[in-house]
Amino acid sequence: MFEQLTNKLDGIFRKLTSRGKLTPSNIRETLREVRRVLLEADVNYKVAKSFVAKVEEEAVGDEVISSITPGQKVIKVVHDKMVEFLGGTTVEFNLPRSEPTRIMLVGLQGSGKTTLAGKLALFLRERQWAPALVAADIYRPAAGEQLRILGNSVNIPTVVFENKESPLDTCKRAGKIAGSKGWDALIFDTAGRLQIDQKMMDELILLKKKLSPEMILLVVDAMTGQEAVSVAEEFEKRLVVDGFALTKLDGDARGGAALSLRAITGKPIIFAGTGEKLNALELFHPDRMASRILGMGDVVTLVEKAEKVFDEEQARELEKKIRKQQFTLEDFYTQLQQIKKMGPMENLLGMIPGMGKLKTQDINFDERELVKVEAMISSMTMDERRNPGIINGSRRKRIANGSGTSVQDVNRLLKQFKLMKKMMGSMSKLGSKFLGL
Amino acid sequence: MRLFKRKKLEDSLYKTRKSLLTKIGELVGIKKNIDSGFLGELEEILITSDIGVKATLEIIHDLENRVMEQKTRDSGEIYVLLKEELKRILYYDKSVLKDITPPEVILIAGVNGTGKTTTIAKLAYRFKEEGKKVLISAADTFRAAAQEQLGVWAERLGADIVQSQAGADAASVAYDTVEKAILKGYDCVIIDTAGRLHTKSNLMEELKKVQRVISKKHEGAPHEILLVIDATTGQNGILQAQAFNQALNITGIVLTKLDGTAKGGIVLAIKKELNIPVKYVGIGEKLEDLIEFNPEEFVEDIIGK
Ligand SMILES: Nc1nc2c(ncn2[C@@H]2O[C@H](COP(=O)(O)OP(=O)(O)OP(=O)(O)O)[C@@H](O)[C@H]2O)c(=O)[nH]1
Ligand SMILES: Nc1nc2c(ncn2[C@@H]2O[C@H](COP(=O)(O)OP(=O)(O)OP(=O)(O)O)[C@@H](O)[C@H]2O)c(=O)[nH]1
Ligand SMILES: [Mg+2]
Ligand SMILES: [Mg+2]
Repeated sequence: MFEQLTNKLDGIFRKLTSRGKLTPSNIRETLREVRRVLLEADVNYKVAKSFVAKVEEEAVGDEVISSITPGQKVIKVVHDKMVEFLGGTTVEFNLPRSEPTRIMLVGLQGSGKTTLAGKLALFLRERQWAPALVAADIYRPAAGEQLRILGNSVNIPTVVFENKESPLDTCKRAGKIAGSKGWDALIFDTAGRLQIDQKMMDELILLKKKLSPEMILLVVDAMTGQEAVSVAEEFEKRLVVDGFALTKLDGDARGGAALSLRAITGKPIIFAGTGEKLNALELFHPDRMASRILGMGDVVTLVEKAEKVFDEEQARELEKKIRKQQFTLEDFYTQLQQIKKMGPMENLLGMIPGMGKLKTQDINFDERELVKVEAMISSMTMDERRNPGIINGSRRKRIANGSGTSVQDVNRLLKQFKLMKKMMGSMSKLGSKFLGL
Repeated sequence: MRLFKRKKLEDSLYKTRKSLLTKIGELVGIKKNIDSGFLGELEEILITSDIGVKATLEIIHDLENRVMEQKTRDSGEIYVLLKEELKRILYYDKSVLKDITPPEVILIAGVNGTGKTTTIAKLAYRFKEEGKKVLISAADTFRAAAQEQLGVWAERLGADIVQSQAGADAASVAYDTVEKAILKGYDCVIIDTAGRLHTKSNLMEELKKVQRVISKKHEGAPHEILLVIDATTGQNGILQAQAFNQALNITGIVLTKLDGTAKGGIVLAIKKELNIPVKYVGIGEKLEDLIEFNPEEFVEDIIGK
C-alpha cells in the first residue's frame, strides 16, 4: 500500500508537470487526490477537509499558476502547509523546575504509556534531572511490576502502589519522599482508559486537581485511525493536556493521526516513540512527519539537492534512457560522480519514498563501497559498461584484478545494477529531477 | 470463584458506546431522498469507520450499481442495500468444523499493545466455562512483566500456565507447553506471543519458528492462528494483516477495544482484501468481555439503525 500511495502522489506530480501550466480546475482535481492521500494516511475526515481547503487558498494563488514548475509548487505548498499544521518547528523541551516537577502520562489502553514513562525518565536523566517513576495503574495485571522492571533496567527508582493504595495516594506518597531521596522529577504512569469511560476519566481529573502536574502528556499510538480526533477532543475537554507523545513510529503507519491531534487541540506533539527499547525516544519533527504522512520520503529536500546538481538537459536525456531501459553502467558512472556532490549516499537513499526497505536489504552502498564501485566501472571497457550482459566469468576476473577488488564484488555490483535499473524504471515517474538516482 | 460472575453486557461501557452510535445513526437516518450529497455522506460514514478509501469507493461503486438495477431512489432502501453489502463482505461459514486431535492449539499474534494477553485470558475463561481443560503458554519472553501479567490472569481464572524466564526462547516455551498438554491430556492450549511490528523481519521470523516448532510437536497444530487487531487502528491494519498472514496464515481476527467509540471498520477492508474473517470481539478489560463476532450487529454500529 505504501508503494501504491507513493505512486499516486507521483501520479499527481506527473499529471501536473506534463500539463505545464495549472488552471484552478486542475488544481482542484489535484487537491481531491491530495485529500485521498490524507485519508489513506489516517488523517481524520474532517481534518482532511479543512486542511485541503487551506491548501487550496494558497495553491490557486498567482504565484503557483504562473510558475514554470507548478506541480512541484503545489506539492511544496501541501508539504509546507502540513509542516505548519503539525506545529512548524520542533518543540523545545522546556520543563519547569518545581519541587519536584511532575509529569502525568495518560491515554487509551495499550498506547505505550508505561514504556514512555521509562523512556522519559531516561531522557530526563540525560538532561541532568534526577527522575523517579511512579506506578499509578492499579488495574492492569502486573502494571506496577512492568514499570518496576523497566526502571530497574536503567537504574531509575520506582514507586509502586502498595496494597489497596489508591493512585492518588501513591502519587502523593512519591511526592512526599521525593525531597529526601533527591528526586526532582516524578513521572506518573496512569492506567489506560477509554475517553468515554466517565468513572475512569474522573479519576484523572482528581489526580490533576490534587497533584497539579507541570505537564500532562496524552500518549497516542501512531497507528490510530479516525478515532484520534475523539480521543484528543475528549481528553482535552475533560483534562486539558499540554501535549502529545506519538508512539510506535518505528512501524510503517503513515501517522495521519498526528495531524488530527494538532488540528483539534492546537497542542504540540512533543515526543516520538520509535521502538520498544527505552532509548527509542526522539523529539518530534514536524517536517519529517509531514513527509511521512504524504508518503513522500524526504522528497522535498531531495528535490532541492538535486536541483543544485543536475542540469535539466542532462536529466531529460537520462530520463529517456531509463524509460527505454537503456541506462548503462557508463551512465551510472557519470551519475555516481554527481551524486557524490549531493552528500552521503545513505542519507539520499533514505529520502526516496519506498527506498527505506530496499536500502538495508538490497542496495547496501556505503561510501567505501562507492569508491570500489567507481574503481570497478573504470576497469571495464566501454563495451562492457554499455552492455553489462557480456561480462562473463573471465571478464569478471579481469575487472576484479584491475580494480583491486574481488570477483564477488564484481558479481554484487552487477546484481545491484540490475536491481537498480529495474527500480529506476518504476521510479522514472517521479520526474526528471530524480533521475540521477 | 464467583468474583467474575458473568456481567450483563447491558451494564458495560459497550452499551454507552452503542447509544452514542445510535444517535449518529439517527442523524443519518433523517435524510429522505438522494441528492448529490447523499453518496458523499455515505462515503463519510464509511471512511470515518476506518474502512479506508479504496474499500469505501469499491463498496459505493457496487452500491450504485445495485441502486441502478433496483431503480430505487429512497434513501432508506439504499441504507438497507448498503447494510446487505457490508454483511455479505463480512460473512463467513462457521459451520465448517475441523477434525482436531486434542489438544487444540491456538496461537495469538499481533502488533504491540493490541490486547493479545488480555484476549488469551478471556478465551481461556470462555473455554473453561465450556468445561474444557485449558493450558496457557506465556511465550512472550520479551516485554517487561509479560510473564507476570499472564500469570495473574491464569491465577484469577484458575487455569494452568507454562512460564519461563524473561529472555528465554519463545519457541521452546511454546514447545514445552504443547508437550505438557499432550502428556497431561489438556483439551486446549493458548499461546501468547510478544507484540511485534509486522515490519520487523527478525521478529516475524521468530514467530514463524514458534509455529514451526508447534506443528512438529503436534500434527495439525496450531489449529487456530488469531491476529489481534485494536479497533482504533487505521489503515495500517491492512498492512498488519497482510504481513502476519504471509508469515503465519492467519485463520481469524480478534477485534479488541470495541467498547470504545472506534468502529473497527478496518476489518471490513481486511476481509475484502484477504478474506480473513473476524471471529471474536473484545468489549472491555474483564474476563467475560469477549463475544463472538456478529456481522449484523457490527454493521448496524457502522451504519446506524
Ligand atoms: N514498536 C514499538 N512498540 C512500542 C513503542 N512504545 C511502546 N511499545 C510497545 O507497546 C506495547 C504497549 O506498551 P505499554 O507501555 O505497556 O502501553 P500502556 O499504554 O502502558 O498500556 P496500558 O497500561 O495497558 O494502557 C508494549 O509491547 C510496548 O513494548 C514504540 O515506540 N514502538
Ligand atoms: N477497553 C478495552 N481494553 C482492552 C481490551 N482488550 C485489552 N484491553 C486493554 O489493552 C491494554 C493492552 O492489553 P494487553 O493484553 O496487554 O495487550 P498485548 O497485545 O498483550 O500487549 P503487548 O504484549 O505489549 O504487545 C490493557 O490495558 C488491556 O486491559 C478491550 O477489549 N477493551
Ligand atoms: Mg501501562
Ligand atoms: Mg501481551
